[in-house]
Amino acid sequence: MADVNTGDEGGGKKKHGKKRAKKTSTRIDMTPMVDLGFLLLTFFILTTTFNKPQAMEINMPDKEPTENPTRVPAVHTLNIILTDKNVVYWYFGIADPSKALPSLTKTNYSQNGIRKLLIAENNERHNMYNQIELWKKEVSTGKLTNDEYREKVKVYRKTNQMSSLIVLLKPDKDSNYKNVVDALDEMAICNVGSYALLETNDLENQMVANANTF
Amino acid sequence: MPKIKMPKNSPSIDMTPMVDLAFLLVTFFMLISQFRAEEAAIIDMPSSVSDLKIPDKDMMMILVDKEDHVFYTITGQEIRATVLEAMSKKYGVKFDEEQIKEFSNMSSFGVPMKEMPAYLSAGSTERKKIQEKSSGIPSDSVNCELCDWVFYGRINAPRFRVAIKGDQVSSYPTIRRVMDILQDKKVNKFNLITNMESGPAE
Repeated sequence: MADVNTGDEGGGKKKHGKKRAKKTSTRIDMTPMVDLGFLLLTFFILTTTFNKPQAMEINMPDKEPTENPTRVPAVHTLNIILTDKNVVYWYFGIADPSKALPSLTKTNYSQNGIRKLLIAENNERHNMYNQIELWKKEVSTGKLTNDEYREKVKVYRKTNQMSSLIVLLKPDKDSNYKNVVDALDEMAICNVGSYALLETNDLENQMVANANTF
Repeated sequence: MPKIKMPKNSPSIDMTPMVDLAFLLVTFFMLISQFRAEEAAIIDMPSSVSDLKIPDKDMMMILVDKEDHVFYTITGQEIRATVLEAMSKKYGVKFDEEQIKEFSNMSSFGVPMKEMPAYLSAGSTERKKIQEKSSGIPSDSVNCELCDWVFYGRINAPRFRVAIKGDQVSSYPTIRRVMDILQDKKVNKFNLITNMESGPAE
């Protein structure tokens, strides 16, 4: 194969006389490289699927108010306010002007932020997060089919409806689209079944302004 | 050990496999690629863990870019022509055959009705300029062309999926306005288009 001519040095003797330049007449046979290229190409042709953009589903309620809006217990209602600079505030219950305003807690979109809160709160109520995660795992191992999973989740949510976590997402005018999509994503990740996309009211805007001054 | 006699002749590289490879690549890309209509706006979508795929056809899409300009598109050549004619009647803007044909083959656009004939007749560089100057399809309460685009789209294609494709930094009030318009036209179920994101690490 490679034919390399190295001048033999006999014990430190200076090379003189035969002034032979170190001519490396290496001729590499390219066929294996082309074969490899061919193989890689075939591999990628057969395995790649183009990365199509995904879609998230949103269901909004009818514009006209329904006859009996469902009453939700305030103690299970978590209000999440999305504001600018990727800041998230949350509080439980309703903001009542006649009573003291609930205090806002600041958090963010990281795993330690809003996700930790949601998982903890969801687990406090019937261990909902853990239960649904368990079922999700069972679907991926094959113990449950997708339809069975959906049925189980539906029944589970229905039976625990009155005491489950309800999240009200309220992006304010300074938030951006990414914040909203991230928040909706967290709903899916933390297995929150009941959530609504609403607007902040004046009281909440006031609360955020107060919190921002600190 | 007997000395192996190395062949003294220097082989030249046979180029045939390389040519074969090039040939294969060209064939692959010829068969795979379909022409993609030029999108009027560049949008960086946020990512989500959702794994629903959007279909390529039978869709109406409302796009919102970084500067909160609103664009619109709907799939299907005949549907597009019908919708354009309905809009033309409502706004009293006339289009000739060529412009209607151009519109049917286009993708998303974001110009108000009065600039539409010029937009359709312009070449692609001129179109980009017109697009940059305009501020998207009007969707304010005074002049809501978007409402009419959605309305005629829904009338002519009731089964089409409706999707919103927003940029990461689009402000929420604009998106809210688009969602309100959709709710107004009784579209309560729609999709938000996002990039793929793997689920949270276990």
